[in-house]
Amino acid sequence: MSEFRMPSLGADMIEGTLVQWNVKPGDSVKRGDIVAIVGTDKADIEVEVFETGTVERLIAQVGEKLPVGAPIAWIRAAGEAAGPPPAIPAAKPAAPHIHASPLARKLARELGVDLEQIKGTGPHGVIERHDVEEAAKAKPAAAKPAVEVPPPARPAAEPGSGMRRAIAAAMARSNREIPHYYLSTQIDMSKTLRWLEESNRQRTLENRVLPAAVLLKAVAKALVQVPELNGFWVDDQLKTSPSIHLGVAVSLRQGGLMIPAIHSADQLPLEELMRALREMITRTRSGRLRSSDITDSTITVTNLGDLGVETVFGVIYPPQVALVGFGKIVDRPWADNGMLGVRPVLTATLAADHRATDGRRGAQFLEALSALLDEPSQL
Amino acid sequence: MTESEIQQTVFDAIRRIAPEADPAQLSPGENLRQGLDIDSFDFLNLLIGLHERLGVEIPEADYGQLRTLTDLVRYLGAKVK
Repeated sequence: MSEFRMPSLGADMIEGTLVQWNVKPGDSVKRGDIVAIVGTDKADIEVEVFETGTVERLIAQVGEKLPVGAPIAWIRAAGEAAGPPPAIPAAKPAAPHIHASPLARKLARELGVDLEQIKGTGPHGVIERHDVEEAAKAKPAAAKPAVEVPPPARPAAEPGSGMRRAIAAAMARSNREIPHYYLSTQIDMSKTLRWLEESNRQRTLENRVLPAAVLLKAVAKALVQVPELNGFWVDDQLKTSPSIHLGVAVSLRQGGLMIPAIHSADQLPLEELMRALREMITRTRSGRLRSSDITDSTITVTNLGDLGVETVFGVIYPPQVALVGFGKIVDRPWADNGMLGVRPVLTATLAADHRATDGRRGAQFLEALSALLDEPSQL
Repeated sequence: MTESEIQQTVFDAIRRIAPEADPAQLSPGENLRQGLDIDSFDFLNLLIGLHERLGVEIPEADYGQLRTLTDLVRYLGAKVK
């Protein structure tokens, strides 16, 4: 029998609230199944189980706040004989699985609305803010809380909110502990954009690839050449990761950001990476992230080009050791073989942990990135 | 399909990808992406949504013609007819 514990869903997480159980005692589970939803300061996250077996007992109660590492359930491994039940009070029966955006969940808690009674109108039936507001309006007056709580306009990211506090804690730790160094380079994107335009002509609208996906693929392949930037600074030493899981900074519409991972990005064909990215962004913004999305990133990539930013000076997400930033692709004068022309130019930056690497390796990474984007058909 | 019906279809597609946005607040000449605070992924999802609803395939080369709500409604109107 093994304990299933409150997971750590980020460097900044100290405790989590059990929002929902998706299983009940006696249910069979396999590795990767989503068994619960845990509320963190940033969002509600779908939590996966990492063992195949049977749910023996649910320890944590829905609504209970528990520290990271606290046992929340017992799982009996496949083939293991049923032992004496652990002496822990039984939890409430499992609730049906509910998909709702983080904003909708918070609002439902504040307005006393039962999400189980709401039919979501968002993508794939996800319950969104306006669904909760409509349900709250439809509630009989007597059922409303005695003190009316006005719905906050931007609850998730106002100063002092959970999301803001979580970002503040991680970034303050980063600036306190990590000696950052910064490098930047300008990359002529003519070949990449021409190649992308050409190849997109052969694709349907649904399969069209955006430049952001090409940049991610180039980062992943450049990391194969400079693996010291892909890993963690733990116990006073660099631990490189054998897998390249790109954490992609995704801004949320209600404010704040999440950094879910694209797993094994170096191994994915470009079209597949684009599909994974689209799916990931949709799940992030509709509040359907899983624990492995949040915990597995080995490096972060942030792209602020859509917002018109030209150069990104990032703050590393600890315990990672690097962050790659991309700005907007802008037309600039560009000299090539003594000829002056105008080219679409991208500024790529690297923020790296000086404990883990030196500027020379950082420069080699940016050089590899630039070379890959000069030969996009190799991606 | 009338211009007003196309505009309503565009609004419905926008609400699917940006539930917090209120497309009715958009000025006809306002930059669509800035006004709605949508990024390139949202924009692609918007075009996919419009393709599903109206059957109009929008080539990448035409993106430059789709800066405002008016641009988009006119472009779709010409293609739907």
